[in-house]
Formats: sequence, C-alpha cells, structure tokens
Amino acid sequence: MTSSSSLPALNPVPGPPPGGPGMGCGWPQAEGVPLLQVEDLHKEFPLPRGVTAIVRRQPRRIVHAVDGVSFALDRGDILALVGESGSGKTTVGMNVLGLQRPSRGRVCFDGYDVAEWAQGHGPSLEVEGPLAALSRRQRVMRLRQRAQMVFQDPYEALNPRQTVFDIVAEPLTIHRLTRSRDETEARVQAALETCGLVPAGHFWKRYPAELSGGQRQRVVIAGALVLEPDLLVADEPVSMLDVSIRADILNLLHELRRQRGITILYTTHDLATAGFFTRRMAVMYLGRIVELGPTAALLSRPRHPYTQALISVIPVPNPRRRHTRTILQGEIPNPVDIPPGCRFHPRCPQAIAECREIDPPLRPVAPGHQVACLLC
Amino acid sequence: MALLEVRDLAVDYLTDRGTPLHAVEGVSFHLEEGRSLGLVGESGCGKTTVMMALLRLLPQEGRIVGGQVLFEGRDLLRLSEAEMRRVRWHQIAMVFQGAMNALNPVRTIESQIVEALTWHGLARSVQAARQRAGELLELVGIPAHRGRQYPHQYSGGMRQRAVIAMALACNPRILIADEPTTALDVMIQAQILELLEGLQRDLRLALVLVTHDLGIVAESCDEVLVMYGGVVAEYASSDAIFNTPRHPYTQRLLQAFPDVEEPGTALASIPGNPPRLDALPPGCRFEPRCHRRLQVCAAAPPPAIEIASGHWVSCYQAEAEP
Repeated sequence: MTSSSSLPALNPVPGPPPGGPGMGCGWPQAEGVPLLQVEDLHKEFPLPRGVTAIVRRQPRRIVHAVDGVSFALDRGDILALVGESGSGKTTVGMNVLGLQRPSRGRVCFDGYDVAEWAQGHGPSLEVEGPLAALSRRQRVMRLRQRAQMVFQDPYEALNPRQTVFDIVAEPLTIHRLTRSRDETEARVQAALETCGLVPAGHFWKRYPAELSGGQRQRVVIAGALVLEPDLLVADEPVSMLDVSIRADILNLLHELRRQRGITILYTTHDLATAGFFTRRMAVMYLGRIVELGPTAALLSRPRHPYTQALISVIPVPNPRRRHTRTILQGEIPNPVDIPPGCRFHPRCPQAIAECREIDPPLRPVAPGHQVACLLC
Repeated sequence: MALLEVRDLAVDYLTDRGTPLHAVEGVSFHLEEGRSLGLVGESGCGKTTVMMALLRLLPQEGRIVGGQVLFEGRDLLRLSEAEMRRVRWHQIAMVFQGAMNALNPVRTIESQIVEALTWHGLARSVQAARQRAGELLELVGIPAHRGRQYPHQYSGGMRQRAVIAMALACNPRILIADEPTTALDVMIQAQILELLEGLQRDLRLALVLVTHDLGIVAESCDEVLVMYGGVVAEYASSDAIFNTPRHPYTQRLLQAFPDVEEPGTALASIPGNPPRLDALPPGCRFEPRCHRRLQVCAAAPPPAIEIASGHWVSCYQAEAEP
C-alpha cells in the first residue's frame, strides 16, 4: 500500500499478485483467516406502528431482511450473491461494509468485527490489537479504505457537477493519502487507466454527462479502486448497462481479481453474468442462503428447486435450445410474514407435507456445495 | 397481404442549428397476424423512434421524411389525424418503456382503465366499463378485485401487467411492447414473457418486442430485426439470426451475450461507441467499429440484400463466409 497517512498499517502489505488465471486460491492468507467472514447474520427492520396498533397493543411488526446468513470469502476470491429483489442480498452488502449494524450475528473483515470497528459500539468496546489506538472515526476510515462499493446505477452515483478527476480524486483527499497534486494526479491516472479509460488525461476534465453509461461505470469503479481496497462489493454493477457494454465491465472486474487479487462480492439477480466470471455462488431466497457451491456445479446441476427454477428461466440466446421453463408464480413473499417450515414451500413445485413444518438447514451435499432443502 | 408492412421508413429530427439528424433511414419489415417480431439494438439505435413513427406519435421535432407504413394495405402516413385516431390503440397499441412507473399514483388501477374505455367510447355505462376493466385485469393474470387498489399496492411485475391490460383495452391486433422486462427480475421477466406469449396465441395478436436483450428475443420471437445507428443491419428469422448471423454487428452482439449453458466462454465486447447522429460515417454506419471492414465500407452505405429467402443483410460481405 502506498498509504502516506499517519495511521498505523493494520496488516502486512500483501505479497505479489498471483501470476496467472486460477491462482486466486494461492493468495497468502493473513493469519489463516478469510478476508471476510459472515457468521449467522441477521438484520431486522421494525416497522412503524399506527395509532390503532399501539392502542390495541398489537406487537410491533418486523421485516426480517436477512435471517441467518453465513459465508466466508478468501482473499482474491469472488462470490456471487444471487437472488431476486427482496431476497436480502443488498442488505448483506450493506452489513459487510459496516453501513448497517447487524441485529444478530457478525461480519468479520480480516478478523475484526465490522460493526464494532465501524460503529464503535458493539457488545464490547474493548478493541484489541493495533485498532485500540485509533479513534472511532479513524477506524471507520481504515475500513472504508479497505472495503469499497461499486453502485448499481452509474447514472445516479456520480455528481453531475464534478469532473471525472474530482470524482476519482475525492477519496484520496478524504483519506489524506497523497501529499502533492502530482501524486494525486498520478494515482487518479493509474486508477482511470486500470479501468480502461485511456488516456486518462482525455477524460478527467469531462463531466459525467459527457460520458456513456459504460464509461460512467468505469469512473465509479475507478473511484473505488483509487484507494486500493482489498474488497469490492459490486451491487448489480451491469444491470443498468447495454448488453454490448456489460461484457467490458465484467471483464474489467475479472481482470482486477486476477491481476490484483482483489476480493469481490458480486450481488446480482442475473445468473448468466454471475456464471461467467465467479467461481462460487450463493443463491438467496427471503433472507437466507438456500444453496451455496461452486458456480460450475451449481449451474450444471442445481439441487435446490429454487435454483433450478431460476436457471430454467434464464433466456438462452438460441431458439434451437428453447427449453421448458419452470416459472414460479407470484413473487417473493413479504419478509414480514415468513412462511413457517421451509420458507420456499408455498412457491415450490416439489414441496411435500414435511416442508410446511421443517425449516431445513444448509447441509453439505458435495465438497463445498451446501443446500437447504429436505428433498436434496 | 401482411398485416403490417413498413417500407423504407425514414425519420429526421430537427435541431436548432437547422441541419436535420437522420435518426432512422430505410427501415423495412413486415408482420403477420399471430407472429412476433423482435426489434434489437443498443440504446440510441432508433428502435423506439421507428415504433413511435408508425403510431405517428413522434415528438414535435420528429419528421417522417420517407417511406410507407401499410396496415392491411392502407398507408397510415397518409391518413388524417382523425382517421389515425381510429387506428391508434384500436388496431395498433403500444406499451411504452417505463409506463409501469407512469401510472397515476392517486387513482385506482381500475379507474385508470375505465378512463381509457370511456374516452374511446367502448363502454355504455360506468358499470359496463368496470366490468370490462375487471375482464382485462383477469386476462393479464390480476384478480379483478385488485383493480380497486392503487399502483403503490402493486409490485413491479403487476404494474407491468396492468399497463399491458390498458394497452389491450381497445382490442388491438398489434401490440408493441417497448423494453417490457427491463428493470424486472429474471423470474418476473419470465412471467411477463409467458403472459405476452399467451396473449399472442389466444388473441391472435401480432407482437413487436423492442429490447436490447437478445436472450428475450431468442425465447419468444419468430423474426428478428437488428438495428444499428438508425438503419437495419440484419433482418431474418430468429433461427437464422442466432445460428447463421451474417452481419458483423449481429455476430459481435451474440458474442457479447453470456450463455449460461456454456459458462467459461470469453465475452467479447464491441470496441468503440455507436455513431452520433450528428456525425454519421459516410459509408456503412458500423464501419468504424467493424472487425471485417473493407475500403468500400467507408465509401458508401451497403444496400440491404436478400441472401436467403427472408434473410436480409446490409453488408458488403454478407455472402462471404464468416
């Protein structure tokens, strides 16, 4: 890290990036812990009660946005978090970045509890290690520098009155990472050129309105990359872009992981793009992971009926390979009233009587492949 | 005779500087009863302009400068506005892009459909109009009693269904759906496509799907028109477009589309940007981005040639093997 701030470095500078494709696994582990570990994460949002509800002393209704999610992400790995809107995937991303505080469970980033780290008021205020010397604000800054987000809509995420240079340089200023204008320019240039905006000088005096959708998304990614983070949470980064441009952005994320060992949490509702560049995939339904496994295995032989249905409705770009689609009727139920038993049973085409009563836990079905279904 | 035949349609947009922009040039296609056509291309390639032109709903700056739009042999471009009003919605209806977000938030879904029915004189009484609105909602898979709810009580998929129900209010024979599934989840997208296919089959509707998503087209269209920079690049049956594409643009577009059944194949993007309307290349509009360009490509635009029955390609190398 080329950090010139006065804050102490939290962990040793990572070793050289892996040499070629498929080397992500060989990335050195800091003290053997995964970069990101999510343990039994719950996030609930209480709904406001109306006057009648208060008078009648009705219980407060609660949205269970995330309801017991666990997964680990190694350094240099990439995980796709797949689900429809309302499945809780964005809430997981928010908790991973410490933008929300989990109701239960915890998120560990590099061995530190993010909620304690970022918000400074956890179950215990005792923070050990090098973090102890830092104020809350400094801790938040350290986290922000190492974990960054790429937002969904590049038409909304950029300030229309800032030039590309200002947008990408702003994180450097906030984190006081550069000492001179020359240094800032060099880092902005490097970030823009990494993201394919070459030559950088051609772009940095421009405003977002002068750029195409794909170029804007590259600016958003450059703004995240300029801090040289370890983790990128990419929330539907291509869903607003034309198909011909999507490939570019996906290839860029793929290269960032391969060449720089950046860890990526990629949330999407599109299994086809997720299948293209991730190695592991977690399918979420109503706040839970229902299937987690290697991407190839999950796509070629999905076990959970929900995953099977999701895969069957992906449009295949060839009319000769049209196949039967399993179209689930209705939509994801309201996360206030989660069905008893398996939460998927009301829409499940294969449900049996037991599904109404037993809430299946995630069980291993093959090495590294877990499914939460009574029938698997 | 085709239900709808568009011949050499050309649309200009007037600008403040006086030089018109040639947004659409030489677009031709035809549509039979009960068939579906997919209109594919990147943002800004003129897909929506073509559809607006054939309904004569272009914005004020838009001018239809050439061509014919023959509906059952009658040229819609020669009709008076009063005559056109009897075609619009009654024969050709359109679900606009983002219409699901343009529903009136303070009125019930039913009253918004009733308004359309009474305005077009299709119901004798409010009672009859309500009855018909209920039928229309049932037709698109919404229980009739939910018509008394407001748009905010509907999910995205249901709002899209409600908008489709409105478009069907006047029993049209052609339904144009502009990006009907953009911004919807995959499962909801599949539900909407299933609905459109069902309507096409049951009501013998001719369907035009305007989209940038080739996957949707492959799933549900019989014919495909690929547009690039305001002109037709390739026009053929769905099978030919996806299995024997001849225009370099179509080929590149297919390579950029992830195929879940063949993961691991590299995605190739198309370098460069679509042409700006105020700086169109003199020759083929795809020439600056084409990987197979020749000298002649930069000199004059290639004519559309029919290389096989019903397979039209605008490329000098259409007959060369890819």
